[in-house]
Parts: sequence; C-alpha cells; structure tokens
Amino acid sequence: MPIDQNLAEYSDWAYAAAALIYFLALIGYAVEGAFGRARKHAEARELVAAGSAAPPPEVRIGVIEDEPRRSRPERFGRMAVALTVLGALLHLASLVLRGFATGRAPWGNMYEYGAATMLVAVVGWLVLMRRFRENNVRRLGAFVMTPVVILMFLGFTVLYAEAAPVQPALKSYWLVIHVIAAASSSGLLLIPGVVSLLYLARVKHDRSPNRFGARLAPADTLDRLAYQTTIFAFPIYTFGIIAGAIWAESAWGRPWGWDPKETVAFVAWVVYAGYLHSRATAGWRGTRAAVVNTVGFVVILFNTFFINFVVSGMHSYA
Amino acid sequence: MTAFLRNTWRGLTSMRTALVLLFLLALAALPGALLPQRSLNLRATQQFIEANGWWGEFLDRVQAFDVYASVWFSSIYLLLSVSIIGCLIPRTAEYYRALRAKPVITPRNLARLPHHDTAETDRTPDEVVKAATGLLRGWRVTERTEDGGARTVSAEKGYLRETGNLVFHFAMLGLIVALAVGKMINYEGQVIVLANGSQFCNAGTLGYDSFRPGLRVDGTNLTPFCVRVNSFQADYLPSGQADQFTADIDYQSGHDLETGTWRPYDLRVNEPLRTEGDRVYLLGHGYAPIFTVTFPNGEVRTQTIQWRPVDELTLLSEGATKFDPPGVTDPEQRRQRQLAVTGLFAPTQIVHGGVLSSSFPDLTDPGVAVDVMRGDLGIDSGRGQSIFEIDQSLVDSGRLTRVARENLDLGEEIALDDGTRVKFDGVERWVSLQVSHDPAQVWVLGFAVLMLLGLGVSLTIKRRRLWVRASPGPDGRTVVSVGGLARTDQAGYGEEFGRIASALRSGRD
Ligand code: HEM
Repeated sequence: MPIDQNLAEYSDWAYAAAALIYFLALIGYAVEGAFGRARKHAEARELVAAGSAAPPPEVRIGVIEDEPRRSRPERFGRMAVALTVLGALLHLASLVLRGFATGRAPWGNMYEYGAATMLVAVVGWLVLMRRFRENNVRRLGAFVMTPVVILMFLGFTVLYAEAAPVQPALKSYWLVIHVIAAASSSGLLLIPGVVSLLYLARVKHDRSPNRFGARLAPADTLDRLAYQTTIFAFPIYTFGIIAGAIWAESAWGRPWGWDPKETVAFVAWVVYAGYLHSRATAGWRGTRAAVVNTVGFVVILFNTFFINFVVSGMHSYA
Repeated sequence: MTAFLRNTWRGLTSMRTALVLLFLLALAALPGALLPQRSLNLRATQQFIEANGWWGEFLDRVQAFDVYASVWFSSIYLLLSVSIIGCLIPRTAEYYRALRAKPVITPRNLARLPHHDTAETDRTPDEVVKAATGLLRGWRVTERTEDGGARTVSAEKGYLRETGNLVFHFAMLGLIVALAVGKMINYEGQVIVLANGSQFCNAGTLGYDSFRPGLRVDGTNLTPFCVRVNSFQADYLPSGQADQFTADIDYQSGHDLETGTWRPYDLRVNEPLRTEGDRVYLLGHGYAPIFTVTFPNGEVRTQTIQWRPVDELTLLSEGATKFDPPGVTDPEQRRQRQLAVTGLFAPTQIVHGGVLSSSFPDLTDPGVAVDVMRGDLGIDSGRGQSIFEIDQSLVDSGRLTRVARENLDLGEEIALDDGTRVKFDGVERWVSLQVSHDPAQVWVLGFAVLMLLGLGVSLTIKRRRLWVRASPGPDGRTVVSVGGLARTDQAGYGEEFGRIASALRSGRD
C-alpha cells in the first residue's frame, strides 16, 4: 500500500503542535505548583454520598454570595489542564493520521511507538487528575509533563522515522495487540515512576521541612496514586509480555529466547513484582517501595532506548 | 540440627527473603542482555572473548556468556521456587480455614478502625441488625449477641482476592515446571532446502544443517513428516525493503505418509506450518547459482549449491561450489584436479571498476565474480568443512591454486587452460527452514494465562471487613457504631464504607 505523503505531513504537524502545547501546559502547571497556595488537604468526605439524607444547604435570602474568586496561579493550573486536553487531541490526531497515511497500525517503529506511549501517559495523567481532584494533585503536572515533553522532543529529533510500511516480520495482528499493551503499560508506568520520586521528596520534607516538599501533595496521597496506577498498569504489562511471547512463537520459532529486549522486559516485570511485594513486607513499605517503583520505570526506559539502539537483537527493527 | 533446618526453612520462606531473591533474579538476568550469549550468537560471543583478553576469559569462566543456564541463575530461581512453595503451603491451608470460618468477632472499640461512624437511632438493636444484614448482601455475615445486650454484625468480603493471588503463584510454579519439562523434551533443527521441488524429511538429525536437542532427546524419535519446497517468492518495495516472503510448499505427515498424499501450504514469516505438534518456520532465504563444468573428456557436471548472503539488504552472497573430476579413480590424481568455483553472487549486479556488488535483493540481473580454484579441495581428508568456503590452508600451502578469475553474466563461461569450461548457468532460490518441537509449550501458555487471570483478580478485588454494633443506650435509644478495615490497601474502601454507614444511619436500605 503506498504511503500518503500529505497525511503523513499533517501527522507530523499535529505531533509538533501537541509537543509545543504540552510544553505550554507544563509552564502552566509549574506556575501553579510554584506560586499557588498549597491548599489544605480537602476534608474527608466520607459520609457524603448517594443515599445519604444530607441536610439541604443553608440558603440565606437576600445575600448574594460571591463566587469564590480563583487565585491567579490556580487559573494557570486550569489553563494547563485545558491545554493538556488540547494537546492530547492533536496528539491523537497525529497518530490516527499516520495510521491512515501508512495503512497500518501506527506503531511500527520507535518514533511511532514513543508517540503512542506518551499519548497514554498524558491521557492517564488527565484521568488521574480527575480521580484525585480532591487531593490537589494538579500542581504536580509539571513533574509528569517534563519527561513527556523531553521524550516527545527526542522522538521527533532523534528517533524520527519517515512514514513507511513495516517488514514482513511485523505483519501480524499480534503486533497490534502486543504493542498496544506495551505502549499503554509503559506510558502509564511513567506516572508512578515520577510520583514515587515526589513521594521520596515529600517524605524527606515530612522529616525535616523544606520549601520544595511543602508544595507537594501529602505523602499518603502520592503513595496511593503511585500504587493505584501501578496495579492498573502491571497486569497490562504482564499481558503485553505474554502477547509478545505468543507472537515470538509464530514469528521466531520460540516463545521465549532471552533476546535482550525480552530479558529486560522480564527484569522490569520482576522489579514491579518486587514493588507489589515490598508493600506487603514489613520494613519495605513506603520509601523503599517508592525507590523500587522508580527503578522499575528506569528499567523500562532503558529497555526502550538503550536496548533498541545499542544492543542488537531480534527486536532491532526500528 | 532440626532447629537449624527449621530456621533455614523459615528464613527461606519469609516475605523478606522472597523479596531479596526477586531482586537478585532481576539483577542476575541483566548481564544476559548486555553481554553476547552463546545460545543466541556463538560468533559474537567468541569475538567478544578474544577482544577482551583475560577479562573475557574471566567472564567466560563465571558463565557470563551462558547466563540463563548458569549455576548462579539457576540457583536463584530454584531458591525462589522453593520459597514460593514454602509460602504457598501455609497460605493455602490458611485460606482453606478462612473459607470455612465465620467472620471474626467485632472489636471492642470500633472508633479505632481506619473507617468508623457512630449514630443514635430510635430503632431497636434487632431492627438495626436486620437492616445491616439487608445492606450487606453479597458479604459473608455473622450475627452475635454480646454480654450487656448489644447485638453485632461481622461481615467480610473479597475472598476472591486471596483466591486470585494463590492461583497466580501456583500458576507461576506451573509455568516454571512446564518450561523445565520443555527443556528436556524439545528439539530444534535448521536446514536449507532448494526451492525447486526439493524435499526435506524429519527423519534424523543428520538431515539437518544444525540441530539442538533437549536434554533427554537423542534424535531417534523425531516426528515423521516431509516438506517439499516448490517455489519461493519474495516481494519487495521499490526501496528494496521486503514486503512479504512466501514459500509455496507441500507437506506430508501422519496418515498422509502412508497414502502418499501431499497437502499444500503457503509458508510465511509469522505463519509457520503446524503439523503433528511440530512447527516448521520460514527463517531465511538466499540464492544458489548453478554452475556447469564441461571437463576436457566431454563429461558434464552441474551443481546447484546455496551461497550465503553477506548483505541482508541487497542479498550479495558468497559461497563455493565444488566439483570432483569425473572418471578419475586414482585418489592422487583426483586431488590435483578437483575444482571449486568461489566468490560473490549478486542478484542485481552493478560492477564498479571490476568489483561486483548488488543494488537490489530481487533477481533482476544476476551476476557472479568468481575465482576458479584447482587442486586438492580437502574434501577427502575426512575433516568436515563449510559448504560456503574453501579451505584457506590448502591455498596457502599451494595445494589449491587459482586458475581463473572472472565476472560472469548469466550464460557466460570461462575456458581454463586444460580445456575445461565453467559456465554460470542459472540461479535457484533456497529457503532456510526451522523445525521446532516442544509439546510443553501449550502448558506454558496455559499457566501464563492463569497467572494473568489470578493477577487481575487479586489486584482488582479488595479484601475488606465491616462491623456493626447496636447497643441499647441509657435513654432508650440505640447507639449504632460501624467500623471498617480493608486488609491490604485502604484506598477505595472509604466510599463503599461511607455508603453503607450512611444508609444504616438514615435507616434506609
Ligand atoms: C518469582 C517469584 C514471585 C513473583 C514474581 C511474585 C509476584 C507477585 C505479585 C505480582 C503479587 C501481586 C499480587 C497482589 O498484590 O495481590 C504478589 C503478591 C504476593 N506474593 Fe508473590 N511472587 C513471587 C514469590 C512469592 C513468594 C516466594 C512469596 C512468599 C514468601 C510470595 C508471597 C506473596 C504474598 C503474601 C502476596 C500478597 C501481597 C499483597 O496482598 O499485597 N510471593 N506476588
């Protein structure tokens, strides 16, 4: 199938625009993080929920209440979220356009794989900001967006590959399944990887207060956010490895051969299993678990970059 | 002594040891990704050892080039397996007990729990308990009456979490065992077959160019089947990138061998032939130039021998096609008159200053650049030699000498001084096939799927407890206290707890 150069070009434009907009969003988050008041931990709303006969809010007749005015940094934060959504839409458009331009799933080389992964990371972060909206995690957006913007920039400058068909070995629907699983779990795992570092900073602050730590969310929120994201992503990662093995069985003649890429995926998997265990092991909860989680993500990054470019193996098709 | 054994066992099966072993496993697997491994790439491994002197030899001695078969890697995963077993036995017993036990007794002070709520109501304790059990449908519930007249409800939910967790760990053990069994009974062989109707039968290890048996395989019981390669088709994009490879084959297996039936199959990358539990893969392909030699006495010999690609992108290939002189019985004589045609083959030739290279992998304008060697090829010496090369030591010692060097187009020929003519006659394609046999791999897959299911269940379901105590208060009203505890992770329980607690408080359900 011939490549549609026009669509490929639009896809590139959308990608570049998305990266730029993410960068602006990053600035917005950073302004809120740096200058916004660290809002007090929202009150636990335990008992207010459906089915409760909560008393109707008091209505005072004759008094017009002011809309609570938003502080300027807070407005920056909200704008950053809007920009992130816009960026994600463009990002998605870029992937879809590439798919149409090449007539195949748009993750057949490193550039495309990286783009898909970062899209998952951004969408994952948007969802988490909503889920944890009472915990004031929006201000952490700058920390999540920094690696995203850096990786997207590297993708465009270093990894960029012209839109092209893939080799025979990649013509399999397992490519679609395996790569979707790998990209979505890696993208999601970026978030706990970063948040665990923030957790470490926050714990340090809790021991001896400092300005930086004070602006982060409370340690238990960070821990919870990291944990919940990890247990969501880990089964997907596991599935991705299994799908890879199934594909390898039909493409390379064996489900598992300790190819460098397979090996490092296995290492990352074991590290995350270690993370889950450490949370159930006395003396390993908290700080150590957070370190393990970050190490897990470093191993995933190492697998994507170092193994693909430096070590040659069956996976070096990119 | 027993104390020592018991302590070792306890240590080995503790959570902390399991954790350390897990990290050791991750660490131990890593060198295999960074250093060349013998099982994957023998040549790169040897080059690495030579290039690194004593360091290379040291690494070799500590099995760093055979990581996944090394003593230390094996010990770690064996210890880990023991640790898992040691962990699973008591956990399974505990799980069985917990399944039959009633939810635990209500704690004295529910206000101490991570989730709690207290309210007063006009309903009687019995009514409250009834309402509570109504709300807790789907939970395991027990009612109790305490001294002093208070009525309590203990409820528990989420046993599936532990079920999933146990399934996961057992399945992982199963997977390790299935892998080990596979290592015993599998085999894998590779063979090059000309794509001109040539056949290959899985009859014995000698039929293969290379063969890797499992630990308990001696090669006498291979699954019988035959494959005939009719033709091979490679489709390329204009850029030279491969688009699709297809080998048109027929095969015979099982009952078909007796009846002589051949069944057709299109063998492609990603689409192996699966028959009788064995798999046949299309691994690679290349060209076999055809040379015809007309000897001075008029006898003609034709050979079609595969040459190996030296450049995967353009399929420029090298090789050596060897001829014995016909009708020469004296071994001494023969060893002076053997011929080899050796050099380069290009499917789409470009010649620059007499140097041949290839510009495209497909067969559009084939050409060869060959040396014709005459003398002793060394094939009678009993020493095996590569079919792609001539023995360079014979050239160095002068027993094999070059008698011609020329570039040939299809159909051109070289005339040697003694009247022998060597003609480049045509080209065949060959395919390289791999036959794999591993009956245990479906078990590996089955256990992997079980692991995934167990993992999913154990990570999504929360084990949680809830208690209600309704005690008669001094003023005739009833004090209702509710407490909740999630066993692993408190996150997410708050909302569910809040819903139940406020429903109890409001008296609705
Ligand atoms: C290769 C070895 C092992 C791997 C890859 C592994 C993996 C895992 C994973 C992924 C979980 C997460 C499931 C969950 O949190 O519910 C888990 C949980 C658990 N594992 Fe393992 N495991 C291994 C060995 C062991 C051993 C040796 C023990 C006992 C000493 C053990 C005890 C546990 C326990 C108690 C949990 C539940 C923790 C919790 O509820 O959060 N595991 N394991």
